Amino acid sequence: MNTEIKDNIEVTKPPIASIGVIGWLRKNLFSSWSNILLTLIGIYILYSIIPSFISWAFIDASFVGSTKQECSKEGACWIFIKENLKLIFYGLYPSEELWRINSMYFILLVCGIYILVPNLKYKGWVGSFLLILFPILSVVMFSGGFGLETVETRLWGGLFLTLVIAGVGIVLSLPIGVMLALGRRSKLPVVSLLSTIFIEIWRGVPLITVLFMASNMFPLFMPEGVNFDKLIRALIGVMFFSAAYLAEVVRGGLQAMPKGQYEAAQAMGLSYWRMMALVILPQSLKMVIPAIIGSFIAIFKDTTLVLVIGLFDFLGIIQFVGTNPDWLGFSHEGYVFAAAIFWVFCFGMSRYSQNLEKKLDTGR
Amino acid sequence: MQDKNLGLSSILFNRSVQGIFYQIVTLVLVILAVLYIVDNTASNMIARGLASGFHFLGVESGFDIGMTLIDYSPTSTYFDSFIVGLLNTLLVAGLGISIATIVGFTVGIARLSSNWLIAKLAESYIEILRNIPLLLQIFFWYFAVLRALPKPKQSLELADSFFLNNRGLFIPDPVFGEGGTLILYSFIAAILISIGIAIWSKQRQNKTGKTFPVFYSSIGLLISFIFLSMLATGFPVTFDYPELKGFNFKGGIKLIPELVALTFALSMYTASFIAEVVRAGIQAVSLGQTEAARSLGLNPNQILRLVIIPQALRVIVPPLTNQYLNLTKNSSLAAAIAYPDLVLVFAGTALMQTGQAIEIIGMVMGVYLFLSLMTSIIMNLFNRFMRVAER
Repeated sequence: MNTEIKDNIEVTKPPIASIGVIGWLRKNLFSSWSNILLTLIGIYILYSIIPSFISWAFIDASFVGSTKQECSKEGACWIFIKENLKLIFYGLYPSEELWRINSMYFILLVCGIYILVPNLKYKGWVGSFLLILFPILSVVMFSGGFGLETVETRLWGGLFLTLVIAGVGIVLSLPIGVMLALGRRSKLPVVSLLSTIFIEIWRGVPLITVLFMASNMFPLFMPEGVNFDKLIRALIGVMFFSAAYLAEVVRGGLQAMPKGQYEAAQAMGLSYWRMMALVILPQSLKMVIPAIIGSFIAIFKDTTLVLVIGLFDFLGIIQFVGTNPDWLGFSHEGYVFAAAIFWVFCFGMSRYSQNLEKKLDTGR
Repeated sequence: MQDKNLGLSSILFNRSVQGIFYQIVTLVLVILAVLYIVDNTASNMIARGLASGFHFLGVESGFDIGMTLIDYSPTSTYFDSFIVGLLNTLLVAGLGISIATIVGFTVGIARLSSNWLIAKLAESYIEILRNIPLLLQIFFWYFAVLRALPKPKQSLELADSFFLNNRGLFIPDPVFGEGGTLILYSFIAAILISIGIAIWSKQRQNKTGKTFPVFYSSIGLLISFIFLSMLATGFPVTFDYPELKGFNFKGGIKLIPELVALTFALSMYTASFIAEVVRAGIQAVSLGQTEAARSLGLNPNQILRLVIIPQALRVIVPPLTNQYLNLTKNSSLAAAIAYPDLVLVFAGTALMQTGQAIEIIGMVMGVYLFLSLMTSIIMNLFNRFMRVAER
């Protein structure tokens, strides 16, 4: 009996218009008149940007050749980038010494991958190698000494210089930022006032004035005869500037710590520094890792400003290459290339921090 | 009794005594460092024959500036050049903030659209623009777009009154003829009356619960007042249209390409951050609020105006002002494309000529510090005013 009834009733499928691709389209793109209008506007925007960009950047573009004459008029001239690639990536760094930079890139890459792969042992050791030994090794490798030929910093340039400035800014500003944040949260009024003033001054002014100050005023601050390299002056400026921003990020983490953690640590008889180093900072830094990475992205983007004081970083060298009489009129290609590289770095970092945020959000 | 036995060690290990000791040490170290720097600076300045003090502000500057909002010539003083630079900075900041707000709110709301395509477009806008350095964007708009525009003869035009070419953007200039001030007065009067109506209707609503269409009546007042005053004075407003004379345009308002590129890049870049702020603010209002408002019988318009926006604004405004401040500080990138802002005119040209780095950079930093301190003071007041009255 039962089976008979079942057979008699036909299972009605949902209407075609509400499932599958059509259903999705109806629901998300064409649910009402205003929505249809918006969709059409969106399609028009896409239509006016994407085909022309693709034909400029790929279809009509020239990739093969070595001179300006081999470029097609309609499309992008990627030969321009290809021919100047060494300059764009390494600046005027001597060709026979490039292995020094490349080997450091290689070490960085290996360590970076090691840290990113989940569930490996000794990550802490690799991390501290990257933060402490690697920078020292880099200084020797990049500038020379210990049997290596000296390379003056005025020859440094391109993406390499951008990475150096961003790297120094990131590695050195983090400890200073943590100290400033602790200082600002300190119960000692003098310490907290001094830290607050320091942080607010650096945060209140644009980086460009900091760089102007670094290049014009630092020489006046030092005793006669002491002369800083232009790059070091810029690095000091970038370092303090980003330290002030990081201090505020870290302070946010410190403030978010429940009071019980402080009290528990004190009840265990820990001194101030041990309490901070063993209990408070590990937890609060973990909480603000995404925000710290956000600051790193900002520092990375801000390094482009050093071209104002005459350092040829990635963007600076692309501007410079564009003024070469052999390659006039290819600013579009240069900017699009630079934008793509910067975008990959920044977007990668921000996606990584979003993943980390999900992973660290373990709940308590 | 035990206290007396501890003696010296109790003083040494007393927290507050230790605290005072550390503070004295810090203070002494900082003062020593400052003295060291001041001493070095003083001797360096003597050695290089640099003057100090602010006397240079009254001296004739001797350089010209490409764009000035006040009267300025090479015979003006350095202080005048400071003011010119400051006004140019404020101009680009003001323009940038208004455009960035409009674009940012539009993109932020589009990001939450139920239309998949629009939401994705808004998301791509945000993700692309905020991950590319601002300076690169400024260079792109200035060198790759505006400098590559056609000459004045082949300018891009809109309705025969807006012209865009490699010399800049030319727009019509409104000229107020006789009786023009009457229009201004009637405009102010309409605004004042509207405020009065708003207060009155609020009081009446509190007393009797009756509402009054304040918004529509204000719009009506504004339009009718302006129209009537124009009618009374015989339409005294005319426009001075830019016209091609020889190789360049005459008349109208000329916006130099540096200003156009800088404003455009700044506002597009900041808009991507504002969009995220707006999205976060709207998402912070929980869905239950909308549902509760709907069950009280409010219509969608009222829900948006009375329930969602006031709560979202509380979340949006502090980071929004922060973005405004960032935009103002970022306007200093003008120096890279030679827009005559405060940094370029004063920390650039004036510093080169006088060599008085400390005074000049101090003044420039002071301006930006003042702006950011003012912003944070206003923000603190706003937060106190807007704080949720909790039970």
